[in-house]
Amino acid sequence: MVNSNRPESYWGGMGKRLRRNKTAMAGVVILIVFTLGSLLAPVIAPHPVEQMNFNSRLSAPSTTHLLGTDDFGRDIFSRLLHGGRISLLMGLITVVLSTLIGVTLGIIAGYYRRVDLFIMQGMDILMSLPALLLAIAVIAVLGPGLTNAMIAVVIAVIPSYVRVVRSAVLSIREKEYVEAVRALGIRDWQILLKHILPNILSPIIVLSTIQFGVSILAAAALSFLGLGAQPPMPEWGAMVFVGKAFLSQAWWMSIFPGLAIMLVVLGFNLLGDGLRDAFDPKTR
Amino acid sequence: MRRYVVKRLLSLVGTLFGVSVLIFLMVHLIPGDPATQILGQFATPEAISQMRASLGLDQPLWQQYMRFAGNLFAGDLGTSLFTGEKVWDQIMNRFPITMQLAILSVIIAAIFGILLGTIAAVKQNTIIDRLVVLTSLLGISAPGFWIALFLIWIFAYKLALFPISGYEGIHSLLLPAITLGMAEAGMIARMTRSSMLEVIKQDYMRTAEAKGAALFRIIVSHGLPNAIIPVVTMLGLQFGSLMAGAVVVETVFSLQGIGSLAIEAISKRDMPTIQGMVFFMALIFALTNLIVDLIYSRIDPRIHFD
Repeated sequence: MVNSNRPESYWGGMGKRLRRNKTAMAGVVILIVFTLGSLLAPVIAPHPVEQMNFNSRLSAPSTTHLLGTDDFGRDIFSRLLHGGRISLLMGLITVVLSTLIGVTLGIIAGYYRRVDLFIMQGMDILMSLPALLLAIAVIAVLGPGLTNAMIAVVIAVIPSYVRVVRSAVLSIREKEYVEAVRALGIRDWQILLKHILPNILSPIIVLSTIQFGVSILAAAALSFLGLGAQPPMPEWGAMVFVGKAFLSQAWWMSIFPGLAIMLVVLGFNLLGDGLRDAFDPKTR
Repeated sequence: MRRYVVKRLLSLVGTLFGVSVLIFLMVHLIPGDPATQILGQFATPEAISQMRASLGLDQPLWQQYMRFAGNLFAGDLGTSLFTGEKVWDQIMNRFPITMQLAILSVIIAAIFGILLGTIAAVKQNTIIDRLVVLTSLLGISAPGFWIALFLIWIFAYKLALFPISGYEGIHSLLLPAITLGMAEAGMIARMTRSSMLEVIKQDYMRTAEAKGAALFRIIVSHGLPNAIIPVVTMLGLQFGSLMAGAVVVETVFSLQGIGSLAIEAISKRDMPTIQGMVFFMALIFALTNLIVDLIYSRIDPRIHFD
């Protein structure tokens, strides 16, 4: 398969296969555009995000207002750029937190058989509800709000990490090289960090990429239901919710923020699929 | 087989026990005293302590749980703090709409998903295949509430074909069911496609082709029955998340199902209703998973549980 004399490294081969995958690259482009748009929002937004103008309420998309204005005459495009900061940051924080917690629990469950049953029983209980419902139940306890919505999403997605990581660890812990380092008397945490974790990175990376999209989607749904970010915050889900009331007069108020959510999530899904194929070229 | 069913039922009881502990603790995790919450800030101390006694809050925690669990497993989910109705009755009044919605959307998702997935697999690497793959990914990526508004905008406002919201017979469930089925259809199409691609490679498919059977016949009578097995499991497992998706869709379309009941209960902090709903949903979710596994062994004679 490899023609060069030097054998290709695992990560090198994976990167090459990923770059050759056009749909995955399309996902990367989408994500770069949205990330830049959010980062540069204060610079490139054509109008100040909270600037109201009652003379141009609910005006349709035009050259002055690219994506139209809302019920306060605020520029939708500018609000979308700023809203991207909230949605992407929420996604990032939830993914980092749930990866850290989920991977830790998964490794412990997979490596220490004694606590396995205990952890997995807990995960079974969490998984006895569909993720979005679990998130809603958590909010029922914590109360609505942006931070609580993030906590709820983290709790709701942790079980999927634990399951994936645990089964990956289970398949690796009996391998000879793990036995060898154990025989050398190396401490458990060193075995876990240096010898097991690097070998289960690929499923974790794929899962985190997909979960990034899932988290954004869930957080937006919570905001839409009034349980997450609250208007007038330009969070995309909250913007769709506000726009719902004006659907017959000003479709752009809800359709464009929803489109933004869909595109970002699509970007993560395309990249996630590409990563999965790149890590495991056999399954296509 | 019977041993397997018994084993599964036992683990179901275990899970429900865990859920019951969780929803019992929900009330105690909420900051503030439930009695004060019910009576409001300006209640007299006597009224509050009376309320605490009638709620059993003055007893030790484990005793409170025993009473709670006893009622729960006897089918008594408590009484709504706001309507005074039995939570079980409330759920049963609302459940038929959610159930119809879920079934309709599973049917829609199955028809479109299996059809498109099969076509994509047969036409692998053509433009049709790419379109199906992209469309199904779009279906998965789009937020349900947004699809709902998009459909309302086009079909109810622009074309005036459907009622905008509310329930006026089964046809008013069509747009909500399409909304709900969209993401599922995408997932099913992807799964059918990859499963069918595996099946197409098999020897018996080549044999059927070699003996001169028509492509349509080969796919429908030899390919589909084999390719569809993992898809059926998925359909069943998705049934639970359809219930969750119903929360969003019922809110947008103003349908009186259990999803919108959950949201109403949360906005009013009606804890007994929330607890009852969570328990009920977990029960439905667990039962559908069990039924799916049993059906699974029926359609695939190779699978034996023991």
